[in-house]
Amino acid sequence: MAKKTVLRKPKGFLDVYKHKPGAEKDRTHYCPGCGHGILHKLVAEALEDLDVVDRTVLMSPVGCSVFAYYYFDTGHFQVAHGRAPAVATAVSRANPDAITISYQGDGDLAAIGGNNILQAANRGENFVVFFVNNAIYGMTGGQMAPTTLEGQKTTTTPYGRNPLTDGYPIKMCEVISQLYAPVYVTRTSLHDNANVRKTRNAVRKAIQNVKEKKGFSFVEVLGMCPSGWKMSSTDAQRWIEEEMIPVFPLGVYKDVTDEDRSSIDRPTPVHEVDRVLEALDVTTEKAELLSKREVEPRYANPSIRASGFGGQGIMSMGQAIARVGMKYGYEVSWLPSYGPEMRGGTANCSVKVQENKIGACEATEPTVIIAMNRPSLERFEKILQPDGTIIYNSTLIEVEPTREDAEVYPVPITGLADDLGNTRVQSMVGVGAFAGVTDLFDPEEVIKLLPEMFGSKASLIELNEKAVRAGYEYVKENF
Amino acid sequence: MAKKLLKGNHAAVYGAVLAGCEAYYGYPITPASEIAEMAATLMPKLCRTFLQAESEVAAMNMVYGASGSGKRVMTASSGPGVSLKQEAISYSAGSALPCVIVDIMRGGPGLGNIGPEQGDYKQVVHGGGHGNYKCIVLAPNSCQEMCDLTMLAFELADKYRNPAFVLTDGVIGQMMEAVEIPQTVAQLPDKSDWAVMGTAESKNLINSIYLDHDELEEWNRKLQEKYRSLEQNEVRIEEYMVEDADYVGIAYGSASRVLRTTVDTARSQGMKIGMLRPITLYPFPVKEIAALPDRGVKGVLTVELSCGQMVNDVNLALKGKMRSEFYGRMGGNVPSSNELLEKFKELFGV
Repeated sequence: MAKKTVLRKPKGFLDVYKHKPGAEKDRTHYCPGCGHGILHKLVAEALEDLDVVDRTVLMSPVGCSVFAYYYFDTGHFQVAHGRAPAVATAVSRANPDAITISYQGDGDLAAIGGNNILQAANRGENFVVFFVNNAIYGMTGGQMAPTTLEGQKTTTTPYGRNPLTDGYPIKMCEVISQLYAPVYVTRTSLHDNANVRKTRNAVRKAIQNVKEKKGFSFVEVLGMCPSGWKMSSTDAQRWIEEEMIPVFPLGVYKDVTDEDRSSIDRPTPVHEVDRVLEALDVTTEKAELLSKREVEPRYANPSIRASGFGGQGIMSMGQAIARVGMKYGYEVSWLPSYGPEMRGGTANCSVKVQENKIGACEATEPTVIIAMNRPSLERFEKILQPDGTIIYNSTLIEVEPTREDAEVYPVPITGLADDLGNTRVQSMVGVGAFAGVTDLFDPEEVIKLLPEMFGSKASLIELNEKAVRAGYEYVKENF
Repeated sequence: MAKKLLKGNHAAVYGAVLAGCEAYYGYPITPASEIAEMAATLMPKLCRTFLQAESEVAAMNMVYGASGSGKRVMTASSGPGVSLKQEAISYSAGSALPCVIVDIMRGGPGLGNIGPEQGDYKQVVHGGGHGNYKCIVLAPNSCQEMCDLTMLAFELADKYRNPAFVLTDGVIGQMMEAVEIPQTVAQLPDKSDWAVMGTAESKNLINSIYLDHDELEEWNRKLQEKYRSLEQNEVRIEEYMVEDADYVGIAYGSASRVLRTTVDTARSQGMKIGMLRPITLYPFPVKEIAALPDRGVKGVLTVELSCGQMVNDVNLALKGKMRSEFYGRMGGNVPSSNELLEKFKELFGV
């Protein structure tokens, strides 16, 4: 005896459209003859047959399918106009086993979300896009879409789409299929039964691809919009065949699903405290603080402005002073000049090393300036506090400071670095000179910090050690 | 606990990682880029997500997606980028999605420059996107707070199911200070009753569309109730020498650090000046500021790196009950502490 056929909604649909407002919770909001209803049914059937209804997360876009979430028995995101591929990207990465579907119309996908779809496709995100191309904005009342045909009348092309002013219909399958990452790109139509069957197969293949974590699948579906086109349903079907398909040829544009590509596997995030602290490179031991040294009052709580050419290591000079200050238990702050200034021009930084909590962190009136080139000396000696200290690089600065109240230390910083065989270590010569002048810290304590500042390269560490000592000793021997 | 010398921007990422942030979606922009760079370094080490999005618009929509999927998620930017993010920030607020957005403010309007400014106050504190919504806004003024307040931002965002901003300026983002890194990780809350996680139990709906006018009004009333609760419970401030102050400076972010030095200098010269620093810009410390006249304060000076944005909220709080003055610098300029002291002298005759 033949099995009795029971006609029912596929399980991919909700029995009752609970999210739909109003009394009619058993029918869709779509117009008679609309393509969305057919495609919805094909998707719902496929979700049931592939046994993924419960794992599916659907993006409802802005457009006629904004209410797709009324119908499907799945998880739902209603998303901003054009952004479904961006949201779907994060959804599929957050829950890699989810079957993520981005359901979009032509204005949403090809106009306002044009970049979002291209980039998601190019990243090869593991989700499927169902792209309904009906050559018009349906929801907003029949305006021009990026896929509107040449000469087609819409409410915003009342004289017909003119390529000279409105451009040409954009062909998304042709564009997307040029990218490496997408695995399946196809265009089908809903205008007759044979093509609905082909669409059915494409829908299933695309969802299967996501299930198998093969990556990005893109199914463009030409759908009828009798209301927007102002035609009967049968005329709309005919219009697809006669007008749309010549512009948007049907067929598979790309299919590499049989190629041996790696599957889109995402590792499980780690939250275990030990591993987190290890990743942050946080030691659990409290560091022993060094006892603070006796410092002449003029050098206590220094507010320092270090400055020079980009490339003279001004930033590391300042950081080294801040780091060593920390070892003695001082409050420290370091503030760089940032942005274009650091690319080629002058670079400067403010460093404060103080007993008490630091307020303003920019050294607007420094007590010490370290000038590595002439423009730096000329700029910052102007703001030096009365009776402040100037350490300047006498190798490159041939003039003397004009501030007569200042205590001045000319140190051939670049020259001392050159003597060691590498100009690049001049910043550590500067740090050594600063230690020599102020006695704020032991230069050997800076040397202990070099590995954490410059990495473990032995030759570089050794050279920088010599540089710190050279700066320090020069000051001690000459002043 | 050991301290680490960290950039403010980096400290924010440390806080996020400790708070259990599982995904970072961002786009480069000065002076916030180090946040994305540090996230790109740290997140993969813990098998978490880092993605450099195609645009600020996409990045924030990705945040929307990750948040709706039940994950703790963060993005960061600066003024021009935050302007672009406003679309999805409104959607996130409208869909009651928790997330953290760090804004390292720079000079504007337009492309402006990359110097420190506080010109995003209005677009962040008063909601730059469409509709009646509020974001929680925390305003760190040190590298330590960049870490701590980012962690707090995640907690508050989840507690109230609302986007939370960490709002500061280029100075705090770019500077380095010693930061004590907390040695614990956050407990992640259960979000299965509302998040969409691709399971039979989580077939929820993330949504901000309500076609029926009454329904949308009702939803807005619920949001407003949440904001009233935030205003009741989550105001945070720092007071410095307000107790006996004749005049009080009000500032946040790097301006508050300069002001602190001004207060110290003023006190050393016998002038009774204090500082009130809002740590939460939303909820704004309305009661705390309104109480100043009754505490014997004779006038306030609001200091901002802007033409005067927060000062409007100060004035609304004071309702004209006390003299309220403003001093601001713009274009990337930061006032010196002496400049502020001169302002106090000039305006109040102290």
